[in-house]
Amino acid sequence: MKITLFTLTAGLVFSCSCAANSKIIATGGTSSIEGSAGGGIVPWAVINGYASSGEMAATAFISRVGVDDFTLNSVGASLAYDNNWEWSVARQRFALDSIGGELSQNIIAVKYRLAGQLLYTALPQISLGVQYKKLHDFTLPQAVGARDDSGLDVYLAASKVLFNQVAGRNLLLNTTLRATKANQTGLLGFGSADNNNYRLMFEGSAALLLNYNVAIGAEFKQKPDQLAFADEQHWRDVFVAWFVNKHLSVTAGYVDLGSIAGLNNQQGYYLSVEGAW
Amino acid sequence: MRWLIILVLTLITACSQTPTPSLYQQLGGDAGISAITDGLLYEIEHDSRIVHHFADTDIERFRRLLAEQLCEISGGPCTYTGGSMAESHTGFNITLADYDALVGHLIKVMQQQHISISAQNQLLALLAPMYKDISYR
Repeated sequence: MKITLFTLTAGLVFSCSCAANSKIIATGGTSSIEGSAGGGIVPWAVINGYASSGEMAATAFISRVGVDDFTLNSVGASLAYDNNWEWSVARQRFALDSIGGELSQNIIAVKYRLAGQLLYTALPQISLGVQYKKLHDFTLPQAVGARDDSGLDVYLAASKVLFNQVAGRNLLLNTTLRATKANQTGLLGFGSADNNNYRLMFEGSAALLLNYNVAIGAEFKQKPDQLAFADEQHWRDVFVAWFVNKHLSVTAGYVDLGSIAGLNNQQGYYLSVEGAW
Repeated sequence: MRWLIILVLTLITACSQTPTPSLYQQLGGDAGISAITDGLLYEIEHDSRIVHHFADTDIERFRRLLAEQLCEISGGPCTYTGGSMAESHTGFNITLADYDALVGHLIKVMQQQHISISAQNQLLALLAPMYKDISYR
């Protein structure tokens, strides 16, 4: 965490003038809790940072979700090239505040833009992403019935900015289809004792760009419910994102994570800071 | 309460009956479009990423055609007399980064001219789809 903060600060101070940042502000989205560019909980088809064709960019982020009985801390970084490729790493630490203990996983992900340009084509920008997730300690997830300590999520995302939609403002719409075996996005392992099949989940986001620097939005993330010991519910959030400039963005939100490990109505805040170079 | 409803209804009706100025007017008419065009040329001239595309361009002609085009597509009293977007960009190999850079400059100039967000977005909505005719030719 300290190293990430240091990197963020150092990067902001000595921002690299060699990296051209041609993309329009806010079009890189923000870093989701899994490290892939998107909203807060949904990966979008956009590529992280501001590297347009032939350019390279890097981002780093820290975020925190604080709900009634849990806290999710995420840190991560990404590299982007050509507005086509995005490679990212993230580490999630999920503190079980009232139960006691902690779960954590690493996520390595890659995203590739297949077609379309977010702003310029009638076709939405469409990207394919893969996220490999691996838990550090499988003891608890295994005890509650998870089959594996690692898993692969594959998603197809479509994002489009529609100009001049609501009170003259631009609207970003995103839908993501994700094939996953993850329980609580992987924090409670993958699959269950009697089910090892991929499930197809729908995720969606809408964001209204109030101006070039500020967006407000809402997200929905469908989740499977595979473990017998407790219900798993869909996630949703509303957020405000402030793109201070092409090097710094701050996102704050209100999240509803439903029931987690038998504890109902997990609601609270989301805070994220991203640096981009 | 009744008066309040009447007042609100009157205001809503008044608003909806105000004729919406054309985009051309919202951009500031002839003077506004001249300022946007000049601002854009200034930004291009100072951008090493894209200025090379204009090395052999007759800037005075380019300026006139760009102003004509912005005027025409925004509903102003002009006729664009230049070639098609595809024709006039063939051989330039305009990349996504070039296009992004130019759009970035246009936004900066419109912000400097205090064009409303709505008018900016209306213009961007008209220009953005030209990407397919302009890029990689």
